[in-house]
Amino acid sequence: MSEDNNAQAREPVTGMDAPIYLQYQFTAGRAPSRFLHALKQGRLTGQRCPGCSQVYIPPRGSCPACGIATDEEVTLSNKATVQSFTIVYIPIPGNPIKPPYIVANLVPDGANISFIHLLSDCVNEEVHIGQRVEAVWKPAQEWDYKMDNILYYRPLEEPDVPVELIGRLPVEGWEGQA
Amino acid sequence: MTDVDVLSEAFELGFTYTRSTGPVMGRFLTALRDKRIEGIRASDGRVIVPPMEYDPETAAALDEFVEVGQEGEVMSWCWVSEPRRAHPLQQPFAWAMIKLDGADVAMIHCIAATDEAALHTGARVKVRWADEPRGHISDIACFELAGVAP
Amino acid sequence: MSAQREIAIVAFHQSPCQASAGAANEVELIMPELRAVFDQVGLANAQDVDFVCSGSCDYLQGAAFAFVAGVDALGAVPPIRESHVEMDAAWALYEAVLKIRMGHADSALIYGFAKSSPGELPIVLSQQLDPYYLAPLWVDTVSLAALQARLMLDAGLITEGDMAEVVKRSRRNAMTNPLAQLAGETSVADLLAKPHYLSPLRRHDCCPVSDGAAAMIIATVEQAKAWGMPYVRLSGIDHRIESHNLCLRDLTDSVSTRKAAAAAGMNAGAVDVAELYAPFSHQEIILSRALGLGEDTRVNPSGGVLAGNLMMASGLSRIGEVFQRIVAGEAGRGVAHATNGPCLQQNLVAVLEAA
Repeated sequence: MSEDNNAQAREPVTGMDAPIYLQYQFTAGRAPSRFLHALKQGRLTGQRCPGCSQVYIPPRGSCPACGIATDEEVTLSNKATVQSFTIVYIPIPGNPIKPPYIVANLVPDGANISFIHLLSDCVNEEVHIGQRVEAVWKPAQEWDYKMDNILYYRPLEEPDVPVELIGRLPVEGWEGQA
Repeated sequence: MTDVDVLSEAFELGFTYTRSTGPVMGRFLTALRDKRIEGIRASDGRVIVPPMEYDPETAAALDEFVEVGQEGEVMSWCWVSEPRRAHPLQQPFAWAMIKLDGADVAMIHCIAATDEAALHTGARVKVRWADEPRGHISDIACFELAGVAP
Repeated sequence: MSAQREIAIVAFHQSPCQASAGAANEVELIMPELRAVFDQVGLANAQDVDFVCSGSCDYLQGAAFAFVAGVDALGAVPPIRESHVEMDAAWALYEAVLKIRMGHADSALIYGFAKSSPGELPIVLSQQLDPYYLAPLWVDTVSLAALQARLMLDAGLITEGDMAEVVKRSRRNAMTNPLAQLAGETSVADLLAKPHYLSPLRRHDCCPVSDGAAAMIIATVEQAKAWGMPYVRLSGIDHRIESHNLCLRDLTDSVSTRKAAAAAGMNAGAVDVAELYAPFSHQEIILSRALGLGEDTRVNPSGGVLAGNLMMASGLSRIGEVFQRIVAGEAGRGVAHATNGPCLQQNLVAVLEAA
């Protein structure tokens, strides 16, 4: 034992390491599993509430507004609208993406709720709410049960969606489009 | 709802906590690091090991430390024939309530023994210290039967 | 202080106890139970009750804030009055009872759920112990129960045959309980012939690990009558906790159960039926003795939790079981018990009476 360690050893104990590591076998849930199966086939899907008709992505098996089970599967568009976004300038531990980059709330056409994904292939300073974007998928042979089958979303040459219509577009898209 | 193949994946949840020990537990753990065991005297005179910060009956703050022995008596025990990965011993072992000499309340720790038949309630056991005590309850690596060569 | 408002239990439903619920997530476990109790009363969703309280523990499935995800099952738009306990849902019921008695609500939905299968439950539960002296050793809760059983055996308070008798009766009673996970005809001799698992416990002395959920609706007696529902009076409920230091407790007795029972008014009349949350066979004997139950009381006619144990819901289910037997006319007055923590650390007793 070195002299330093001896000196440290004479100090009273004031703290202790108490790491907790627990092992689990996580299951995705029935509704999320169906979503992931479709994703592996290159399709984005949501589920429609039989009560209020809202379409949720990713589906969790219920309509949180009505409290009833959702079952009807709806295939959504690869096109989406920016509902909100943030430009990340700080490195996040464990995240391989180099800042600055954009994380956005995106509502796919045909859905009524946003999910989070990356926005790229764009001028960061020009990204705005209501902007039209589309999914950029990995090559089909790399598809797995994972959200990063979609690498990122990139801007589309389409007119902006007014704020009051974000989250209300049909799966066919945006009639205001050029 | 139609069911689909269950998608599942192993994962580990980790909490890398450190804990402040305070004066009572800190003193106990400091003593462990020096391979000594200290209990605390409760309001009714009983010596509690490991020490509690407050009296279990009156809730008064406790501060009278009492060094206790490193041998004791098994008050209860159970035999773990299939140790779990998280357990401190990976060979079959016993969890036990052990009343150390000079203590009035037992403590819970593990006993390394060759087999279940070697143990019985009332058996005498002694501390086996960790190779490098650090101020942690596992500085007591385990107990072993007193009078049995390691 | 105004006269105490009387509480009526009006609906209860529980899922089967399954070793694994497979893909179902927390929302998918909860929804069928909520739907069942809403349908029993004729309610649309949680908007139709004044208060919601749930019991669960996110560590069981290792999903942080799973209990918040559970709110997706409620229909919480517009916002509802909701609360949660990181305990068995019997304690969620206790909170709801207080809310109603204080006049802050006339009705409440209570639910509990568990998906224990994804983790190693006895090890997960070791982390509820003293964080300085016990949790770092990873003392599992089955081992602690085994230490308790040994104390009883050594003291001559029970025999291994007594423990097997409890298991035999549980398995037999569970044969008429379609929700049970373990049921069947067996004998004390057969059970004692099985090897020890965590000596002195055999595997059958320990409850199984189960996935599932349970839900209940309670209300004031006036509200229950307005709904036109048959109801059972919850005439008393109380809970007590003992020291976290296991070696300071008398583990061969359950003082907290006895005190809770007295405070809940159990001794004011005969007890036709009792449902006790005893995850280990010897604990049913401790509880029966602490409550002073005699030959006139049917103990765990459902099979109890030795036949299936929904962590965080089994306590609520004990109350639901007694409720159902009184509604069915099988009993006039019953007692339900719930527990939390190692070796019956914390205990709740509820007294139910026919309206």
